[in-house]
Amino acid sequence: MDDVWKGVPMVAFILNGKRVSVNAEPDTPLLWAIREHLRLTGTKYGCGAGLCGACTVHVDGKAVKSCQTALSDAAHTSVTTIEGLSSNASHPLQKAWVAEQVPQCGYCQSGQIMKAAELLRQTPNPSRDQIVAHMNGNICRCGTYTRIVAAIQRAAKEG
Amino acid sequence: MTIIERTEHTGPQISRRTLLGTAGGLSFAVAFGAKGLLLLSDAEAKSAAHVIGAWVRIQPDNSITIITPAAEMGQGSMTGVPAALAEELDADWSTVTLEMAPAEPAIYGYGGPGRKSMGIYGSRAVMRYFNQMRVAGAQVRKVLLAGAAAHWRVDPKDLTTEPSVIVHAASRRRMTYGEAAAVTTVPATLPGIEKSELKKKSQFRIIGKSVPRRDIPEKIDGSARYSIDVHLPGMVYASTLHAPVQLAQPVRWNDAKVRAMKGVIDIVKLEQGVAVVADTFEHVLAARDTLEVEWTKTAAAQGFDSEAALNAAYPAMAESRNTDVRTVGSKGNADTAFSGAAKVYKANFKSDYGYHAQMEPLNGVARFNAAGDQVEIWEGTQAPGRSRQRIAQALGLKTSQVIHHQHYLGGGFGRRSITDYSIEAALIARAIKRPVKMIWTREEDLAFGMFRPQSFQCVEAALDGGGKIAGWRHCVVGDGGRLVYSGIKIDKYYRIPNQHIEQRGASHGIRLKHWRAVAHPFNIFAIEGLVDEMAAKERLDPFEFRRQRMAMTSKAKRVFDTVEKMSDWRRKRPKGRALGLSVSERSGSLGAGVVQISLDRKSGKIHVHKVWVAVDGGTIVQPDMARANIESGVVYGLSSVLKERATIKGGAVEQSNFHDYEVLRMSEAPEEIHVTFLDRDTRPTGIGEIGNPFIAAAVANAFFALTGKRLYHMPFTPDRVLEVLKA
Repeated sequence: MDDVWKGVPMVAFILNGKRVSVNAEPDTPLLWAIREHLRLTGTKYGCGAGLCGACTVHVDGKAVKSCQTALSDAAHTSVTTIEGLSSNASHPLQKAWVAEQVPQCGYCQSGQIMKAAELLRQTPNPSRDQIVAHMNGNICRCGTYTRIVAAIQRAAKEG
Repeated sequence: MTIIERTEHTGPQISRRTLLGTAGGLSFAVAFGAKGLLLLSDAEAKSAAHVIGAWVRIQPDNSITIITPAAEMGQGSMTGVPAALAEELDADWSTVTLEMAPAEPAIYGYGGPGRKSMGIYGSRAVMRYFNQMRVAGAQVRKVLLAGAAAHWRVDPKDLTTEPSVIVHAASRRRMTYGEAAAVTTVPATLPGIEKSELKKKSQFRIIGKSVPRRDIPEKIDGSARYSIDVHLPGMVYASTLHAPVQLAQPVRWNDAKVRAMKGVIDIVKLEQGVAVVADTFEHVLAARDTLEVEWTKTAAAQGFDSEAALNAAYPAMAESRNTDVRTVGSKGNADTAFSGAAKVYKANFKSDYGYHAQMEPLNGVARFNAAGDQVEIWEGTQAPGRSRQRIAQALGLKTSQVIHHQHYLGGGFGRRSITDYSIEAALIARAIKRPVKMIWTREEDLAFGMFRPQSFQCVEAALDGGGKIAGWRHCVVGDGGRLVYSGIKIDKYYRIPNQHIEQRGASHGIRLKHWRAVAHPFNIFAIEGLVDEMAAKERLDPFEFRRQRMAMTSKAKRVFDTVEKMSDWRRKRPKGRALGLSVSERSGSLGAGVVQISLDRKSGKIHVHKVWVAVDGGTIVQPDMARANIESGVVYGLSSVLKERATIKGGAVEQSNFHDYEVLRMSEAPEEIHVTFLDRDTRPTGIGEIGNPFIAAAVANAFFALTGKRLYHMPFTPDRVLEVLKA
C-alpha cells in the first residue's frame, strides 16, 4: 500500500458482490459503516446493543447483528444486506412478504427478512417451532409476528 | 402562463412540493428545490399533467397521481385514505400513483375551516378523511364528465364511467380520463357534491376490497426512506445527552476533553440536554459516552420514586378527602345507588409506566440556508402541520420559513405526534451552521421518553335487589389528565343508570404522552376486571352476566355475540388452557375479545395462544389493512400487559434498552389472531387502536378461569404472577 494510506485505517470487504473499502476505525460497528459510510440504509439501527435484530446482515452467509460486529471483523468477508439479497426483490421471502402483506411501519423488516433468509438456507422446510426459535432475536414493534411466520412458511413452500 | 408542478417522481416518501396558494379549488403547485420554480408555457402545460383540485393530477397517458395526506407509520393509511378518493373518482387503481402531501393543513388537513389538522393519531386517518376524500374524488369525476360532455356536445347525465374511462353509451364513444383532462377546463370552484351523487356500498370497487399497501414493496428491499436514512452533502452527525432526571438542565460538562476527541466538531448546549456533533456517527457515540454533565437539581422530577407513588401515595390519594378531584363523568345519583345497594363489589387495580418503543429511534435531519432565515427539516411525524409550526416557533421563524419533508415513520404509537426531536435537530443545525443528522440512541429515546402514565384505580359496583348493576364508581389516580382517564367511561357498552367517575391528579415532572389507545388499556383493565369478578361471584357465565346485569348497548351486544361464536366460548378447552373475555372501545369503534392462555406455574410465564376479536368499526375501507391493525394492536397491547414496565427512581428512568425494557418477541406472541368485522354501512371509525384496550382484562380474566386467582397489577410479569399464585 502506498504511503499516503499510512495511518488511515481502510477496511476492505465485499458488499453485495462489489468490493468496497471504508475509512474508519477498526472497531466501528459494521452497521454504521454500511449505513453512513457506504450509504446503504436498508439496514437499520434499532438498539445498538444486539437486542432487536433490526441491523441483521449476512457476513459470509451467516446472519449477524451488524451493530455488534466490528468493521475489522468484516475485513475480507462477503457482506450481504437487504439491498443485495436479490435483484428486483425476487427472493422467495420478499415475494412472500408481499403476498402476506407483512410490513407495517417496516423498520424492522430488512432485519427480519435477512434473518429468515439464513433459516431457509439452513432449513428449507422449517417447522413453526424452528421458525420461532430462529427469529426470536428480531423484535417487531408493530407485532407482525403471525404474518412473518406465515410468510416464511409460504416462501418455504413456494420457494 | 400556467404554473404547474413538474417534479421528478420520487415516491411518497419525499415530497419536494410546496403550495404557493390556491385560487378557488385549483391549486398551483410548483417544484421547489434544486431546480427552483418551474413555470411552463401553455404549450408545455398541455403535454403535462392536469391538476384538478388539490388532490389529483391526471397525466395524458391516463395515469393518475393522488396526494395522500396521512402519515404512514405502519397503519396503512397512506394507501387507505386515497383509496376512498379513487373509489369516487372511479379511477383505475392500478394506474394510480401516490404522493405524500406537503405539510399544509389548510389544504390537506381534515376538519373545519380554521382548525384543519393533518394530525394522524387517535386512529383518525381513514375515519376523519373518509368523507372529504370521497367528495374530492367525486368532484374530479364531475369535472371530467363536464369536460367530456362539452367536447362531445352531449348531456353529462348521459355519461357513465368505468375505471378511468368515460363512456357515452348511446354513441358508443369512450374517452380515457387522460384524454378528458386534456379537453377539460377546470372551473375556478370545483362543483358541489350531493350525498346522493356518492356511490352506494354495493357499487364500491375499492372500498371494502383489499388492495395491496403501496408502501410494502419499498419495505422489503431496503428502499423505503425513513428520516434516519437521509443524507445531505456536507452533513455531520449529532446526538443529544439529556439529564437522567427528566427536564433537568445542563450546568457544565467536560468540554475540553470531549472537544479533543477524534472527529468532534462542536458541543451544543440545549435547554434540556447537551448535543455532541462530529464527522461520523461512531465519533458522536464515542464523544457522547465520554461526556460528563453536571445537571441542575431543581427539576420537578428530582427524587421521584414511581413505585412509592404507585404503592403508597396513590392509594392514599384515592381514599383521602383532601385530594383534588376532577369529575370525568356523572349520571343519576351514584351515592343513592350505593347507599341503597343490595350488594357492593369493589376492587383496586394498578398499572405501570409504559414506553412507546417505536423501532426507529427518534431522529431528525436539518439544514439552514446561508442567510439563516430558512430551515429544511426531514423527519417522520404524526402531525406534519403542527410540527412545522412548532419548529418555526422554536427557531423564531415563520411557518413559511420551514420547509418540511415527511418520511415514513419507523413506528409512531403517539410518540411522534410531538416533534421535540426535530426541534433539537434544527437548533443544532443553526448553532453549527451545517446540515446535521441528529439521532437519539435507544438509551436516550427511553430515558427521555414520554410515557404512558402509571395509574392506581378503585372501581366499585352497586347491585340492586334484582342483581342488576345500578351504581358504578371509578376513581383513577395518576398524572397527565386525559392521558390517565381516557377510556374510563363505560357508556359505549354498558348503560349503568347511576355513575360517578373521577380522576385524582398527581404531578411528577415526568414527560407523558399519548400511547397507543392512551389510557383505555389500563382503565378497561380495571372495568372489565371487576365485571369478570362480579360474574364469578354471582355464578354467571361472563357473557350471561353482561347480558343480564350490565345493560349492554345494542352495539356491544352485537360484538359480544359475535366473539362468543367466533371463540366457540362454551366448548371445553384442553387441560391447562382457559379463556378470558373483555371489551375494547376507542375512537368510535367497539370490539370484544377473547383470549386463550396457558401458564407455566414454575416460571410464572403466561402465554396467550389464541385471540378472537369482533369489531364494529363501521365501514371497513381496507379489510386486510384493518385486520393487520387489529393484529398489531393485540400484540402491542399484549406486550404491555405481559412485559413492559418503566420505573423511575430518584427521578431517573431505571430502564435503558430492550434488555431491561422488554417487549413481546415472536415466541411470546399468540399463534393465532382471528378478527371479524361486523358488516356495517355506517361511517368508518377508528381501527388503529381498537385491538389493544381489551387485552389486559381478557388475560387477567383467563388467568382467573385457569387458577382461581386474580391479577390486579399490569404488567403481569412472571414475578408478580408467582406472587399471586403463592398468596
